[in-house]
Formats: sequence, structure tokens, C-alpha cells
Amino acid sequence: MVAPSIVSFSAEKIRQDFPILSREVHPGVPLIYLDSGATSQKPLAVLEAEDTFYRQTNANVHRGVHAFSEKATSAYEGARDKVRAFINARSSQEIVFTRNTTESINLVAYAWGLSTLKPGDEIVTTEMEHHSNIVPWQIVAGHMKAVVRFVPITDDGQLDLAAYRKLLESGRVKLVSVSHASNVLGTINPVAEVVAAAHAAGALTVVDAAQSAPHLPLDVQALDADFVAFSGHKMLGPTGIGVLYGKRAVLQEMPPFLGGGSMIKNVTMEGTTFADLPQRYEAGTPAIAQAIGLGAAIDYLNGIGLAAIHEHEVSLVNYALERLEQIPGLTLYGPRTNRVGAVSFTLKGVHPHDIAQGLDSAGIAIRAGHHCAQPLHHRYGLTATARASFYLYNTRDEVDKLVETLEKVRAMFARRG
Amino acid sequence: MDDLYREAILDHYSDPRNWGVLSPADIDHEESNPLCGDKLRLTMRVKDGKIAELAWAGEGCAISQASASMLGETLVGKTLEEARAITKEDILDLLGIELGPVRLKCALLSLKVLKVGAYGLAGWNEAEIER
Repeated sequence: MVAPSIVSFSAEKIRQDFPILSREVHPGVPLIYLDSGATSQKPLAVLEAEDTFYRQTNANVHRGVHAFSEKATSAYEGARDKVRAFINARSSQEIVFTRNTTESINLVAYAWGLSTLKPGDEIVTTEMEHHSNIVPWQIVAGHMKAVVRFVPITDDGQLDLAAYRKLLESGRVKLVSVSHASNVLGTINPVAEVVAAAHAAGALTVVDAAQSAPHLPLDVQALDADFVAFSGHKMLGPTGIGVLYGKRAVLQEMPPFLGGGSMIKNVTMEGTTFADLPQRYEAGTPAIAQAIGLGAAIDYLNGIGLAAIHEHEVSLVNYALERLEQIPGLTLYGPRTNRVGAVSFTLKGVHPHDIAQGLDSAGIAIRAGHHCAQPLHHRYGLTATARASFYLYNTRDEVDKLVETLEKVRAMFARRG
Repeated sequence: MDDLYREAILDHYSDPRNWGVLSPADIDHEESNPLCGDKLRLTMRVKDGKIAELAWAGEGCAISQASASMLGETLVGKTLEEARAITKEDILDLLGIELGPVRLKCALLSLKVLKVGAYGLAGWNEAEIER
């Protein structure tokens, strides 16, 4: 593993590690990628890690005794240990590889929910969640006649903690699932506090870290959450690989999710005993190359340091907020401080899709729509917003270009009155 | 930037034709675009098998709103059979711009509302519209 370094942070230098960032979107129009909240770009080290695995040691894991299967298994388990260290888990047994955050949350919802919930039990989530932290709970609650309750949010995009404590007083809350950072508002939630209050009420906790793991130092022991879910592809890794961290004691109590190869100890026609952690939750051939790619992404992130990355993003987002709020007719959503680099906004008289199309003509990639958070948008009386999201490779020049192009989009629509 | 959308699209967007809700109406149908949550509602009065009056309501981007406004103008006076024959290509001709797969859904929302609403084709296959 590359040791964390204290060399000065240079987005310009970092950009050279990302081949796609030197591409043109349209002839003569270079890419300005402000959509890392949807998926991040990948450094050469990650591309090469996957490529090298396929070229040199491709084999299935946990199966053969042949040389390449051993090598593949070591590389795959090595990646698991990198994840463990990255989030400061106690043991690699607490790291389950999944496809993505969505699958991680579904794993808990189905494996824990279907075996534990009773009619009238309550699951608490929040109004600011991504659909992946709402829909699985609704589906499982539907099966078990349980109820999903939502912590409301304030006008400036913070969790209403007083209302949350009130919800916990029902005595029926069995699980609380909350995002660490909002994919729309950028809010960093006080998750340690949310987790502690849930535990005091006897509830388990899930933290959706999809928008925090790539951007903030993450310490699962400090958070004390029972489960933490995140995706590889938002943190410089490949698509198709995600992580579910679970406290060992909780994972050991829970029945399996998917059944199949790899997750068993012994199978007879009468029944099956299940493998130890974490294989019990990894049925079938896993995303081996992608896990190795994620390991390379973690090495890369550690080489720069999450604290330095967060500091860069805070400086960039503060600059962006300052410049964006000067655009007439532009409304910003979410808090001004204690946030990650996702900035959502609307522009009076211009639909977010049209903003995105206008920005695209200048090579600027943002996201427009409800960002898989419809209840959050409805909370603000909106159907859609435009979102620029920043990462370690973005620069102030790119923010300037965003603002300059938004002015042009506004002018084009304003002309029509 | 100036050639992003044709002038006609911006014109229909800022001044949409046949906007409102007819009540009572012979046909009243609403659809939404799951990608962005945009909604579009069509109310129509049919007389002697022909579309006599129609009105659109809803909210959306310039492409979806202009598409509805432009399509609506061509519908008045058409028989339901004639309206049924309108295709994706006709809508794209009206708009006169090229669209990627995501924006295509914006452009075709109006056609979807018309076809599902007028012909009761519940669960009507979107792939059919976009073919």
C-alpha cells in the first residue's frame, strides 16, 4: 500500500493520471467533468490493475488449487484487506463485497428484515435519502407489515434531529438507515449522533456512505454503525463492485441473502450449512477484477489522502457557491457549510434538462433530474434540479467555466422572456 | 450556445399553444417521465371522430413542452385514426433537432400521453414509440 503523503495537493497534477480528462466531448471542446456524484472517473492505476489481472492471473477465486487461482484469491482477498484498512474495520471478515451501495442496502433489508421484522415494527430513514435507501425498506416492510418512517429535513437541508428523537420514542423502531452525505444537498449528516441515539433506542443502524466514502476519511469504529454501505465506482474504482461493512457480531447473527456457490460449508439434499464470514454473503463468482481495481483505487486515494481531498473539495465548493449565488434567478439548495462537493440548483425559467444540455454544448457534464431522490425534491416543491459535483481532479477554472456558461444559458432563455 | 435549440422550440416553450385543462373532456390522460419526474396532461374533446379541441398542462423542459405544443397544433381537426398514425419521426421533424436517447424521452412524452390516453393502450411499450 502507498503510504499517505503530505506532498502539496495539485489537481492539475492529479488530472494527468486520468486519461479521460484530456478527451474532447465535441470537436475542440474539452471535457469538464462535474458529475462525479453519479460516477467518478478512473485513474490509470485502476485501469491497469484490472487489465493486468485479466492478462496475467485471471482465474476464479476460492476454488482451484492451481497457481493462478491462488494468485487471484490472494489479490481478491488483498483488496478486501485494503477496504478494511480504508474504513478502519476491525477485521476483513466484516467486509462483504457486493455490486454497489444499492445491493449492500438490499442485502441488509432482505437478510435482516425478512428474518427479524414483525408487524408494526418501524424502520426509520430520512427525507433526504437516495431511492436506494428508501425502496428496499418499503419492499421489505411491505412483506413484513412493518412501517417505514421518515426523519424530516429543515429548509437549509439538515436532518431535524428533534423530530428524529421523537420518532425513536415509539419504542418500535428496529432499524435506522441514514446517508452520511446527501447526494443532492451535499449535507454531511451527524451520523455518529444518529447512530448513538438509535442504539440507545435499541435499533440497528445502516449508514449509506456512497457520497462520503470517496470524499471524507471514514472510520467505521468511530461511527459505531452496524452496517456501512458504499460503491467502488464513485471512489475512482470500477463499476460492479461495492462494499457492505457489518459488525462481525451482527453479520454472524444474520441469515444469508443470496444462495449458491462459495457461500456454503456443506450441501446435502436435506439442507445446507453456510460458510463463515464474509463468504456467507458472497454467493457465486464475485467481481474479482473489479475488487482488485477498487484496491488500486484505495491505494491511489491513500497516496493523496482523504483529508487533503476533502480540503480541496471544500475550497472548490465554497468558491462555486460564492460565484453561483451571484447569478440572477439561480437558487441553491443545501447548507453552506459542513458539506461535500455536490451542489444542486435551479435557474428561474430554465428547466434543469435544458441547463444540462446547454452546459453540455460547452463540454460541461452535470446531472439534471431528481437524482434518485424524489421525496427530497418534493420536500422543496421541485421535480428536478441541476447538480454539479466536484472531486479531487476538478479546478477553479472549471468552476469559472461552469458559471460563465450558465450565464449564457440564462441569457438564451431570458431573451424569450 | 445560440444554436442549441431552434428558435421555434424556444418560442413554443415560452409561449406554449393550447395550454390549460379542458373540463369536461372526452379524453383526459397524464404521463410522467420517470427520469426527471416531469408530468404532462392532455385533455381533448372529440366531435364526429375528429379532435375538436385540446389542451396540455404540466411542467417540463423546453424539449418536452415544445414537443407538446407543436404536436397539439397539428392534432386539431385530425381524426383519431390519423392521430394514431403519428410516429416518433413526425415529432422529431416538428422539433427539427437531433436528440440522444435520454432527451428523446423528453421529446416523446407528448406522443406517449396522446397514444396511451387516446387509445387506452395501458402499459404501452415505450420501445414501440421510440422505434
